[in-house]
Amino acid sequence: MSENLLTLHGVHTHIGAYHILHGVDLAVPKGQLTMLLGRNGAGKTTTLRTIMGLWHASQGRVTFGGTDITALSTPQIADLGIAYVPENMGIFSDLTVKENMLLAARAARRAADMDDKRLAWIFKLFPAVEKFWNHPAGKLSGGQKQMLAVSRAIVEPRQLLIIDEPSKGLAPAIINNMIDAFAELKASGVTILLVEQNLNFAQRLGDTVAVMDNGQVVHAGSMAAFSQDAELQQRLLGLAL
Amino acid sequence: MKSDIDWKPLLLAPVLALIALPLTGSLSSWLTLTVAGLAMGMIIFVIASGLTLVFGLMDVLNFGHGVFIALGAFVASSVLGLMSDWTGSQELWRNLVAVFPAMLVAMLVAGALGLVFERLIVRPVYGQHLKQILITMGGMIIGEELIKVIWGPGQLPLPLPEALRGSLFVADAAISKYRLLAVAVGLAVFGLLAWTLSRTKIGLLIRAGVQDREMVEALGYRIGLLFIGIFVAGSALAGLGGTMWGLFQQNLIPQMGAQVNVLIFIVIIIGGLGSTTGALIGALLVGLMNNYVGFLLPTAAPFATIALMVAVLLWRPQGVYPVANR
Repeated sequence: MSENLLTLHGVHTHIGAYHILHGVDLAVPKGQLTMLLGRNGAGKTTTLRTIMGLWHASQGRVTFGGTDITALSTPQIADLGIAYVPENMGIFSDLTVKENMLLAARAARRAADMDDKRLAWIFKLFPAVEKFWNHPAGKLSGGQKQMLAVSRAIVEPRQLLIIDEPSKGLAPAIINNMIDAFAELKASGVTILLVEQNLNFAQRLGDTVAVMDNGQVVHAGSMAAFSQDAELQQRLLGLAL
Repeated sequence: MKSDIDWKPLLLAPVLALIALPLTGSLSSWLTLTVAGLAMGMIIFVIASGLTLVFGLMDVLNFGHGVFIALGAFVASSVLGLMSDWTGSQELWRNLVAVFPAMLVAMLVAGALGLVFERLIVRPVYGQHLKQILITMGGMIIGEELIKVIWGPGQLPLPLPEALRGSLFVADAAISKYRLLAVAVGLAVFGLLAWTLSRTKIGLLIRAGVQDREMVEALGYRIGLLFIGIFVAGSALAGLGGTMWGLFQQNLIPQMGAQVNVLIFIVIIIGGLGSTTGALIGALLVGLMNNYVGFLLPTAAPFATIALMVAVLLWRPQGVYPVANR
């Protein structure tokens, strides 16, 4: 059994007067792809934002590689090697694709300073990023923006990728491309935590699964076992894979 | 993929100038008014460029920006007073040797005050717009009172250096020498800002931060340091603009910052929050409109800029080049 890279113990998060997370317990095993599933409003996005320090836990503990990151600021958490792709993708639309990538490559002052080998690998994963290199990111299609968002997250080597609904609003052909890309990323040894609503996407990629409901993780286990249990899927998600 | 550049707003100032050409009666009057309008616009741009980034990047409603304008002007008047041998010379280079250090000292003092202002007044109210408006206006009132304590409550003359007085004549049009200098300084500031924003990593960070601060932090950048830098730079630019405005008006009063503030906010709203190019277009439009209407229908001049802002907002409700996503 692999060790856990990220763990949440009894995490509660309040946003203003609202109590959103009610004691989340979650483990993300190193080198695996963990799917975080759940109905709308279950607390998935809040969990990701709490991990990234964009909202701070009011109670509980978040640890990454054995380090307590509960009270760290977002840049400090990013410095530890966690990349985050939000649900809206966080693309800087007035910047070009190249400028978006340069910003994520923190050590590079100019585009020429970026790691050529890594860029070539990214271009192979997502050819659209190379094709539209000098175009404004705001002019890209939804699928191309998502590819740019993921490319930006991996332009530097990271230990953990946290991605919120990468298949949202994408055409089936693009989703298949994304699945291939994530499979290759997983094969490269990166640990990934994905929030998804697309169950087919989740089933094809996930090693482990956690299902949230009402601000808590109500089920955790292997994706293979979850995929076989139609009754459990029906009860937790309201539909079966 | 379509063209990346939105050209329409760039045509607004030339179109306004062309509309004014038949109305002003003669080419010489039109040329004089146009250069005066461009000069006024450039000075306003220098002041507004910092504030639009403070608005766009930091989401801070700094109604106290005027205090940096006034402080810059008063500090420059003291520096120029100390260099009266140089400002009294008929030689242009000796005048410039006095004017440029005055601008530099004004920027340094206004920038230093900006640092204190951000730490003491703005920092506690990040994210709270109503408190920002109240406390920054309070800060400006305190600043004005301190200016009165140091330089006195009355009007202070700020005569132009000798060689910058008077006009050059081009095709029978009188072109004020100082206004040409103001245009040159404004263009230099715009060039420097445009280069910084488009060619440097810090510029990239500023442009990204104006659009989505949270994502910039998620990429690992400490945006708080960027906030302080932008606030100080914006205050220093206001100090420079205050010096230019003071020399433009040739007299100073402690409340001058509050008076200019109104024009600055109109410029930023026309330009779109966070856009320096938008601020330049807005400033040129306001400068030209003020001069043309002031010549053709003086009583309507105060309303003309407001009407201009309303017209632009009816066309583009977020301003001509909105950048900030709020």
